[in-house]
Amino acid sequence: MAHVKYVSATRVYAKDAPPAVDALDLDIRDGEFMVLVGPSGSGKTTALRMLAGLEPLDGGRVEIGERDVTFVPPKDRDIAMVFQNYALYPQKTVAENMGFALKMAGVHRDERDRRVREAARLLDLDDALLTRKPKQLSGGQRQRVAMGRAIVREPKVFLMDEPLSNLDAKLRVQTRSQIAELQRRLGITTVYVTHDQVEAMTMGHRVAVLSGGLLQQCASPRELYENPVNQFVAGFIGSPAMNLQTVPLAEGGARLAGTVLSLPGPIAAAAKAAGLRELVLGIRPEHLHLANGSGELAGDVMLVEELGADALLHVRLAEGGSPVVARAEGRRPPALGQHVTFHVQQEDMFAFDPATGARLAG
Amino acid sequence: MTAVPVTPGPHRLREMSGRAGWGVLAWIVGIAFFLPVLWMVITAFKPESAAETWPPQFVFKPTLSEFRLVFSGMGPFLTHSVVATIGSTILVVLLGVPAAYALSVHPVKRWRDGLFFFISTKMLPIVAAIGPLYVIALKAHLLDTVWLLIILYTAMNLPLAVWMIRSFMLEVPRELLEAARLDGAGRIREISGVILPIISPGLVSTALICVIFAWNELFLALNLTVTNAATMPMYLISSVPQEGLYIAHLSAAATVASVPVILVGWIAQRSLVRGLSMGAIK
Repeated sequence: MAHVKYVSATRVYAKDAPPAVDALDLDIRDGEFMVLVGPSGSGKTTALRMLAGLEPLDGGRVEIGERDVTFVPPKDRDIAMVFQNYALYPQKTVAENMGFALKMAGVHRDERDRRVREAARLLDLDDALLTRKPKQLSGGQRQRVAMGRAIVREPKVFLMDEPLSNLDAKLRVQTRSQIAELQRRLGITTVYVTHDQVEAMTMGHRVAVLSGGLLQQCASPRELYENPVNQFVAGFIGSPAMNLQTVPLAEGGARLAGTVLSLPGPIAAAAKAAGLRELVLGIRPEHLHLANGSGELAGDVMLVEELGADALLHVRLAEGGSPVVARAEGRRPPALGQHVTFHVQQEDMFAFDPATGARLAG
Repeated sequence: MTAVPVTPGPHRLREMSGRAGWGVLAWIVGIAFFLPVLWMVITAFKPESAAETWPPQFVFKPTLSEFRLVFSGMGPFLTHSVVATIGSTILVVLLGVPAAYALSVHPVKRWRDGLFFFISTKMLPIVAAIGPLYVIALKAHLLDTVWLLIILYTAMNLPLAVWMIRSFMLEVPRELLEAARLDGAGRIREISGVILPIISPGLVSTALICVIFAWNELFLALNLTVTNAATMPMYLISSVPQEGLYIAHLSAAATVASVPVILVGWIAQRSLVRGLSMGAIK
């Protein structure tokens, strides 16, 4: 058990290129499940590899449990990693795969066997599987063996690099909850990298959103959803993504879809203080409420995506507005081509500075 | 369901005849390559009197007498060849694996230059080096010894082996090596426990190619050995008739000399193809 600390940790791959990870400051608490999430190229995997010791630091430092491990080789960091492609040794049996680190550490054979069996039981891996080679296992089983290999080491920190990306959708959802449950039970500090914001939201105690090598925001899933600090986080967290439109400011509000939408006081004040003439307005699909003709925003339905429980409406707003997505109840969604109107509550509106992307009156 | 007879359209016909054309060509080329070998093997079973006649005799009484003759004189040559071939191949693998590792998995500084140096040694015609080699071998008291052949065959095959083994090592997934590092495996363990088991088919095919090259080598053996280290190809040379016709004897010797290579190639066919195309299929 340990807490993990990045202190302005920086990694530069090429001299002239921008840093892959730029002065990352992150405190991960003891026993916490921290998810690093971001699009590809955001630096999340690099950040994880820096913690693993697979990537050297060009600046700053990394600490595990009060100990500066910046220059400590990977094997001495007391960590275990689950790789995206599992990285199981193809010529070794499942048991040998799981026990390899212990063997390297000089753990006695009986103790090794005991720990491998214990981990296998924890992961519902049948004893018969222990003598098989990775090739003879299904994708889900391989994934669990990779988890098992990490667990037997009883490390201070688990590192996981997109461990679910090779599973099919159904298994992914199942395994997602199993990993979260296992982590809760073992109470081992975990750093988990994913590009999937749903995974991030459902698994993490806290989620660190990265983009372009910079930490955008680190907060609980709910906080990220309710209070994104900037336009990037707002657009990245939530599915379907938040509708973001650059709208000109007008007397009494913002001009959108042929009407003037009145803005909440703090946003209007912040925009005025910043001297803005337009701003980026953000409304989540679930906050566009169908209003039976009486809503402020009007448009035509271009596409209906049925999800069962609800339906996603792709709507072109009136007067040349770009398309927005709205979440509607699944039972009786409006038909294709139908004219609809939406009502939006003021507290559900987000606004961002078009130049910096920073949240206005957050 | 009833089968509807389909008459092939003109396009399909052309395609089919095209394929047949290639097939015929392949057979012709194959037979052209195989016939002399077949002729050699057949001749080896003929008595000397039937070997060189025109028109060639297809009906004859097969005899093993030429083989008996070959076997009786071949002993030392065979021993030298086997020792030089196996010895050099073991050395090549022992030296090639760490060299390839240092040029691929954890590349040393200026590894490109190293790689180029290896292949550049193959650019000089061996004829140009034979003089100095002779002098060095003489001064080192290695002339006409199997040790000399082992050293030279190792040097001869090492560049190719390093290149081949390196390309196999590059195929080992990076994640696996990183997992090994995290698991606490050092360099030696990384090579022996993780890399070697994965590239073993490639390693086998590399070794087999070295075996074949060393076995067939003639030029160095001819110029640097006389009797104490003379190899199978030299035995063949010595079977070439100086006067009179000893075609059957030569054929028998050539057949015997080819058998190991053919055997090795045939047994290892699968591993050879798998090894050589390790990157292509995956």
